[in-house]
Amino acid sequence: MQSSAALEYDYSVAKLYMWTTVIFGIVGMTIGVLIASQLAWPELNYLFGEYGTFSRLRPLHTNVVIYGFTVSGIMATFYYAAQRVLKVSLAELPFFNFLAKLDFVAYLFAAAAMVVSELMGITASKEYAQMEWPLDVAIVVYWVIWGIVMFGMIGARREKALYISMWYYIATFLGVAMLYVFNNMEVPTIFFSGGVGAWYHSVSMYAGTNDALVQWWWGHNAVAFVFTVPIIAMIYYFLPKESGQAVYSYKLSLLSFWGLMFVYLWAGGHHLLWSTVPDWMQTMGSVFSVVLILPSWGSAINMLLTMKGEWNQLTENPLIKFMILASTFYMLSTLEGPIQSVKSVNAIAHFTDWIPGHVHDGVLGWVAFMIFAAIMHMSTRVFKREIYSKSLLEAQFWIQTIGVVLYFTSMWIAGITQGMMWRAVDEYGNLMYSFIDTVSVLHPYYAIRAIGGLLYLIGMFMFAYNFIMTATAGRKLEQEPQFRSPMA
Amino acid sequence: MTMAELQGYMMFFFTIFLVVILYAYILHLYRSEKKGERDYEKYGKIAIEDEIDDKPVEVNPKISNEKKEK
Repeated sequence: MQSSAALEYDYSVAKLYMWTTVIFGIVGMTIGVLIASQLAWPELNYLFGEYGTFSRLRPLHTNVVIYGFTVSGIMATFYYAAQRVLKVSLAELPFFNFLAKLDFVAYLFAAAAMVVSELMGITASKEYAQMEWPLDVAIVVYWVIWGIVMFGMIGARREKALYISMWYYIATFLGVAMLYVFNNMEVPTIFFSGGVGAWYHSVSMYAGTNDALVQWWWGHNAVAFVFTVPIIAMIYYFLPKESGQAVYSYKLSLLSFWGLMFVYLWAGGHHLLWSTVPDWMQTMGSVFSVVLILPSWGSAINMLLTMKGEWNQLTENPLIKFMILASTFYMLSTLEGPIQSVKSVNAIAHFTDWIPGHVHDGVLGWVAFMIFAAIMHMSTRVFKREIYSKSLLEAQFWIQTIGVVLYFTSMWIAGITQGMMWRAVDEYGNLMYSFIDTVSVLHPYYAIRAIGGLLYLIGMFMFAYNFIMTATAGRKLEQEPQFRSPMA
Repeated sequence: MTMAELQGYMMFFFTIFLVVILYAYILHLYRSEKKGERDYEKYGKIAIEDEIDDKPVEVNPKISNEKKEK
């Protein structure tokens, strides 16, 4: 290891992932707005032949925002923040630096293959796990290399204690590794069919209820270990750093971490309430979902209390606004989720639009807001430039906030209306409504959702423009800002 | 007792066991701070003082020994 004199952090890998975050954000959210519009105006399904139908684009939307936008954001923040909290530069570790760059190239290829194969309709037909087996193998290799780099950096750290964000990044690595492998256990059919069928086709190793259980053990924990755990890693680093305030209670952060780890893994059963899985398992899913409020709110409240005595920053600094609203939306969606997991509520909520409403107040309000703030914070340090436009950032914040509110409120109303109509019976016990009755009643809410999504997408384009201009035309900074990111 | 019932009971008692561990952990955090064995709150500074030439909150002994050897 070299002496630390004149040594600098190496942001080359973080920078690459920052660009892919922006690109995948635009792609994923554009598809999202298109498919939301298709639900309101079905003729939009016929724009691009088979490639433009809802069924083809919906998995592409979820996969691009999860594995494209969010994973890029996670990696960008990891390669930035991990160096800083471990006090070790990738420039000192040429082997791991090379591996990290190689891993980025692997990521690009895998992501491109994911987009192309799903657009062609090649799918394993499992929620958030649509990629077929050759891609699954590639992703496991990609993930393992990331793990090697992470533990290589940890091994070379100057700071003895691992900051709380590092624990969350480690949990992301381990959680996804375990769940992804088990859920994607599949048999490539070509090896057993005597050469019949496509080489990339596979069937799950599990069948029936077992398949559903493993699927939702994964499905819900994709939310846990991609949309929650690494995003908490981000907020624990970026909010204190941007505000100049150390985390309010480090002890609470540790407790919330272990609480989240031991509760989250058991909550996936709530996706299978009122289905054919054992009753005790459904109850377990419900109970653990409700208990999950505690560690989730532990982290969120810790973040709000970190701003104690410094609330003026909320009005002065749009990045703080993004992060505080993210934290607030985290609280909202981690209260909403457990409510939906209560069996009696779930009897109405299951299969309705309230579910995508819940997912989107979490993902748009919490995940994406946190990633936007982190990327902008990093861009001033990585590009050594001032943020191009504060007013653009403010406008983006309000446009997107209105977008999220329109999205989830319309889906709340739509979902509950749907649930009530499906269950409504007349005095003789006959169903009062046919399915198409619900569709026509829901049309206005679908239109509002599409408008909400469009507002969010407009904000995404504003963000992309602001990011590109910061990287290329922002005023040059002579020295790295200590806390608050400078902006014009 | 059927297998499903047995699994249900095991799950229940396992949950109780994990809750006890969680509360024991809270106790451990506060006790070790009260006894002066550990100051957890100082680790919050790691995110604030994160320049490469900032003094680590706790120096990793392994790395500093390597440096001394060189």
